Order: sequence, then C-alpha cells, then structure tokens
Amino acid sequence: MSEGVGKVKEQIFKLPTELLLECGQTLKNIELTYETYGELNSDASNAILICHALSGNHHAAGYYKDKNERLGWWDALIGPNKAIDTNKYFVVCPNNIGGCHGSTGPSSINPVTQRYYGPEFPVITVKDWVNSQAKLADYLNIKCWHAAIGGSLGGMQALEWSRLFPDRISKAAVIAAAPKLSAQNIAFNEVARQAIITDPDFQEGNYLDSEKSPKRGLRLARMVGHITYLSDEAMRDKFGRELKEGKLNFGFDVEFEVESYLRHQGDVFSESFDANTYLLMTKLLDYYDPAEKYEGNLVRAFETINSKIMVISFSSDWRFSPERSKEIVNALLAAKKDTTYLEIESSHGHDSFLFAENRYVNALTAFLGN
Amino acid sequence: MKTIEIINNWVAQNSSVLDLGCGKGEILLDLIYSKNINAVGVEIDSSNINKCITSGINVIEQNIDKGLNNFIDNSFDVVIMSQTIQVLKDPKKALQEITRIGNECIVTIPNFGHWRTRLSLLLTGKMPVTDPLPESWFDTPNIHLCSLEDFELLCSDTSIQIIKKISFNSSGNSNIFTRAWPNLFGASAIYKITK
Repeated sequence: MSEGVGKVKEQIFKLPTELLLECGQTLKNIELTYETYGELNSDASNAILICHALSGNHHAAGYYKDKNERLGWWDALIGPNKAIDTNKYFVVCPNNIGGCHGSTGPSSINPVTQRYYGPEFPVITVKDWVNSQAKLADYLNIKCWHAAIGGSLGGMQALEWSRLFPDRISKAAVIAAAPKLSAQNIAFNEVARQAIITDPDFQEGNYLDSEKSPKRGLRLARMVGHITYLSDEAMRDKFGRELKEGKLNFGFDVEFEVESYLRHQGDVFSESFDANTYLLMTKLLDYYDPAEKYEGNLVRAFETINSKIMVISFSSDWRFSPERSKEIVNALLAAKKDTTYLEIESSHGHDSFLFAENRYVNALTAFLGN
Repeated sequence: MKTIEIINNWVAQNSSVLDLGCGKGEILLDLIYSKNINAVGVEIDSSNINKCITSGINVIEQNIDKGLNNFIDNSFDVVIMSQTIQVLKDPKKALQEITRIGNECIVTIPNFGHWRTRLSLLLTGKMPVTDPLPESWFDTPNIHLCSLEDFELLCSDTSIQIIKKISFNSSGNSNIFTRAWPNLFGASAIYKITK
C-alpha cells in the first residue's frame, strides 16, 4: 500500500454570480467547499473532477490532522501511484450544493431571510450540480477536465458533464451508475424519506432552530440505504448469523452481528448528516433522467457527447446492477460514442466502487493514461 | 500476406469497425493507424480488455455467446470475427447476428479439412492435434470446428453471400495449392461475407 496524499485542507469557493436552478429558482451567495490533491500543470490539462455520491462529501482523500483519523472516502483510489495518481493529476473534489459539509445547503443561512434555509432550500438537480462545478472549474482556470469520475450518483454527474459541457471534458468514468432510477430504487428512497419525515423531531424540516433533530428517522433511512449498498453475499461473509453474545436471548435487543452493524452505521450517520440534505439528495436521484427531454430516448440524450466514456459495473451490485450500466453503454454505442465497458467481479455490492480491487484500479489507470 | 494485412486491405478508410473477440486489439489498432477507423472491440478476457484500454481502444466486456442484440442493425460498416466463430456455442446464430450488425463482415476460421488434420485422424484414429489447433479434445476452446466446405455450406444455408475468400497454409501463406484446393491445403481461411 503506497502512502496517501497526506494532510489535506478544505477550501471554500464563493460563486461570483447567482445560480439559476433547473426548478426555476435562483440561489445567491453560494459557497462550495472543496479539496484538491496534486498540482495543476502549466496548461491546466491534468485536472480531474471527482463527483461524490448520495451521502458523500468533498473529503475524498487524506486526513485533516492525524493520519490515524478516518481517511477521505476514496483514499483507496486517490493518491500518489494509485488509480487516480496525484503525481500526475490535479484532483478536485467539491461538496455539492445542498450538501451538509460546508457547501451551501439546507443548514446554511438564507441571505434573504437571515434564517436557516431548512425545508425552504430549493430542490436541486444533477444539472444544477454540474453547472456549479463548472463555475468552480472557471475559478480554478480549468477550461477542460482531463476527466470527471464518479461512482453511483457521482457517475451520473460525470455522464452529465459529458452531455452538458462536451468541450470541457475529455474523459468520463461512469461507475456503478444507472441512466435513471427504477421504481424499486425510488421505493427505497421513499422509505428513507418517510422514516425522516414521520419522525416527530423532523418538525416539517424546521428542526435547526430547535433542540431536537430527526436523528431516529435519519438513522432508519441510513440503515435501509446501507442494506442496498451491500450484497447478500457480502453480508453473509461479514456477519452470517453470528450472535453477539453467542446465544439467543429471546428479546428485541441487538442479537445478531448484522443488527449491531446496521445500528452503528445508522448512529454514526445520524450524528453527522443533515436530514433535509438527505431528503434533497434522494429526490435529486429520483429526478435524474437525461432522456426525459427526448421522449425517453437515451440515444438522443447522448448526441452531444464528445468525451471518451468508460462505464464500469460490479457483478454483485443490485442497487445499480450491471444491466443498468449496460443501458448506458448500449445507448452510447447506438449514438456512436467512444465507449468502454467493464463488468468487474466483486462481492461488495454497490459499495464495490469504493474498494481498490485490482482489475478496477488497472482499468481506471489505463483509461486515464491512454 | 498475413491475415492482418488482408483485413487491412479489405477495410475502407474511415469505416466503423466492430471486432468481436478483439483480443489485445492488434487488428483494430492497425486499422486505427492506417485507416482512421472508428473502432469498437468486444472481448471477454480481462487482461486483453485492459490492454485494449491501455492502447486507447474502445472495448466492451461482453460474452458473445450471450447474444449481440445490444448492437443495432447495420450499425457498423465492417464486423470482424477473427478465429472466434469456432469457440462459440451457436456459430449459426453468430453468423446471422454479425451480418445483421455489419454491412460487411470479415471472418477467419481454422480449417478442419486441412490435409494434416485429415491424415492425423486417419493414421492415429485420435482427434487431431496440430500446430493451428494444438489443444487436446477435452480442453480445447474450439468446440465448433469445421472445414471450409462446411463453413461455406452454412453460409449458403443462411443466405449469406461470400464476397471474397483467401486460404492460407500453416505458415500463413497463400500459394498455388491453397488457391487450387483450399479445403485440402488451407490451414485457415479468411472470408468477406454479407447478407
């Protein structure tokens, strides 16, 4: 295992202008929190945009103070001599609008009312995110990304970059993604939202001024979400039917290891994530459908694309299964775009995109370097 | 002339080319440089796939045996299937599919009707093991071997026209014998076919 990017620092970019959102509203005084790793070269041709997924943020690699703290979420892939090699590339990862890790979102102060946005924060879309990322690129003097890369909802952003800014991106890696959500995907998101909204502490989204916040709802939402990120096989391998105390207690406390794990995941998440942001981001996922404006014709939606696109799926991913990635691939092929597709054997389910599996690392390295 | 050179001669400048079972992408790479083609490879072996990506070739990981219906009708000028048809589960279906996808197709096959193969079976009574077909019957990927005659019969049964044909001896050369008696002296052959 090679050394990582080391100590990193978050930075803040204030958008110089307001942003007109797809919903018709405008957002003023937007701030994007972001991190960068590596150095931008003299002709600004080595910049890579990392797009985070549903509950992700700008802290993709490295650590803030102590190397024993939890590393950035994609540290396995970003760093010197890693798949996304910071010796070669200048890597930029922003926290997206609507987020809760520094960028303008529901837990920011609305400059008009001087109160928390809370539930008043407009419903944003993948297109809005890409537009705001383009402003960040302007600010960093990046005319054309060498690549945009993302897993899951991040992959959708990389795809959207290729569609919306064909001259500003050379390559896109669309990993563990889908061209739009299925009814089953939306159903899981709706269960998550209902868990939050029906928590009495949600207070119609105005919990930031109160003592309480809908942690129980958020915890449940995360537990449901987490099940969809793992595969049956991964859960069986990791937990099986192992009992915490080695025997059945005939009660409803934690007995099985998997219960303990899910509760822990839920607890950690509910302490660090904002419920309104979770609602927004699941909605944004539900809304994503580039073909919508083309009577459902994905091939036509891809007509503007100029960049090379590599689509990667994972065998055990049932949230966005390989079949869903192939929908993207087949439409790209029909639109005669430069397309590469890999289906990687992995037992980690949807979360596979976070792990530095050999084939996956080699493919990314080769694609970025070719 | 080597197979790769013949394929090169048979592909027009700026064509779109789909190579099914593209391996490391040698044929496509050659055509990209000399004919400026739009290339797509289909491959199943992961190390071959990575070599294609390294060379900058568009490559799709896909098992041809599971079908090609994701490729639309007449979407490529040329479909290449080099030394692949004999490893497929359903060569007849594959032939129909490639002629549906490509305006023209280039297919190369090993010839089981070659005199060495015939002689080997006659003399030893065992499944022939030869230079072009070196594996034993139980571990060979070549599950659907045929002679050139067989292949041509299948083409005619499926209303596929043979536009061009060249057969080679085991050193990869076309000579007076392979031209006169291709099914006897050709160790392999290359066909240009269309629907």
